Amino acid sequence: MPDKRHVEVSINGETYSGEVEPRLLLSDFIRHEAGLTGTHVGCEHGVCGACTIQLDGEAVRSCLLFAVQADGRQVRTVEGMTEGLPEGELHPLQQAFHETHGLQCGFCTPGFLMSLEPVLLEEGELTDREIRERLAGNLCRCTGYQNIVAAVKLARERVSAPASGANED
Amino acid sequence: MKPPVFDYHDPETVEEALDLLAEHGDEGKLLAGGQSLVPLLNFRLARPENLIDLNRLGSLTGIRREHGSLQIGAMTRQSTMEHSALVAENWPLLTEALSYVAHAQIRNRGTIGGSVAHADPAAELPVAFSALDSRVRVRSARAERTIEISDLFVTHLTTTLEPDELLVGIEVDPVPERTGHAFVEFARRHGDFALGGAAVLLTLDSSGSCERAAIALLGAAPIPVRATDAEQALVGAAIDEKAIAAAADAAIADISPTGDIHGSAEYRRDLCRVMVRRAIAAANRRAKGEPEPESSNGVID
Repeated sequence: MPDKRHVEVSINGETYSGEVEPRLLLSDFIRHEAGLTGTHVGCEHGVCGACTIQLDGEAVRSCLLFAVQADGRQVRTVEGMTEGLPEGELHPLQQAFHETHGLQCGFCTPGFLMSLEPVLLEEGELTDREIRERLAGNLCRCTGYQNIVAAVKLARERVSAPASGANED
Repeated sequence: MKPPVFDYHDPETVEEALDLLAEHGDEGKLLAGGQSLVPLLNFRLARPENLIDLNRLGSLTGIRREHGSLQIGAMTRQSTMEHSALVAENWPLLTEALSYVAHAQIRNRGTIGGSVAHADPAAELPVAFSALDSRVRVRSARAERTIEISDLFVTHLTTTLEPDELLVGIEVDPVPERTGHAFVEFARRHGDFALGGAAVLLTLDSSGSCERAAIALLGAAPIPVRATDAEQALVGAAIDEKAIAAAADAAIADISPTGDIHGSAEYRRDLCRVMVRRAIAAANRRAKGEPEPESSNGVID
């Protein structure tokens, strides 16, 4: 048995620590050590995008990172999206997925949400093709993507509308 | 679908990394962005005894211009170079090549040096760096050396790097004025491994004739291939449809791509011809400063 390492990973603002083997994937740390099962594991080789999380604000595959590499870093998972919102309220992107039927079985959805959340803050117009490029790294076998594109458009409208002119980041 | 057991090392300095490499050599594997290596580990196609993680080597990151040349640290993320204004302005071939590399989530982790050292024959960056006559800087605990990109690739996933050597950076010379660039490829879906592609740089003289041409092929062989016959056929010529077609024919005259389930050798050969033709046409247009056609983001409809 190889040496275990102590890691402390901040996930959605809360610190999770543990003694882990270096080969433990971050996806498994999130699910099994932190108990946050919103992050789904699909292909485990970086193709499907189901396990996408945000590491220091950037969307990345958690199945292609080791937990030891996230030591001291900030991770955001789907569970973090509703933090600070009143009970039962959804993040604008989740709400848009809900309204446009951007999900059916829902297995791929957490990965899509993590990939697309930063897209809400992108400035300027995005064409359908550009939106499709943004979600090309996530596979969905139910929706045919049409309604996911609609969800991104709807969420972008809502997020930019109230803050128009003042949303320079 | 879980990685095998390995000893994990995460050096904080390049010197430390080089000592680890010298010690573990063949049984060690370097972990850069991990977007190719970790899938191989997860499938247990790779079982290194030691994994040397380079992600703490901050000194290997960054993009800067020195004496006109581009210096890219090996651990620079692909997304960093994709969004670099310096690169987009002066080496736009690299920016265009990156737009074809996998997906944003992969580019956020994947590194420039890792992509080159991995030497995947379907990868875009080695082909773009070949067209740009780049050099890689390499260090070991023993020595330091610079390798011309044309001397780096041996066959698929194999380079001339010694087991104790670390690729620390890539150098690209400035691109002459009146040079147009184009990177085109064809894949079944955007972001997939390409079946064929081409990177082209065309420098025109003041009369609009071709002064210099660089054509590198993706998918023509197990390594990036420079189509030297096609390059020579273009030099001195006015770039018209006939010259482009002749160059594209010359580019595939000597190639013998490997056929597989995704496309036969014959298909891939013809695809390379089409990619070269389109890339020369686009590079010529850009060298002349002509406007981009509508929806020309490289996707073949």
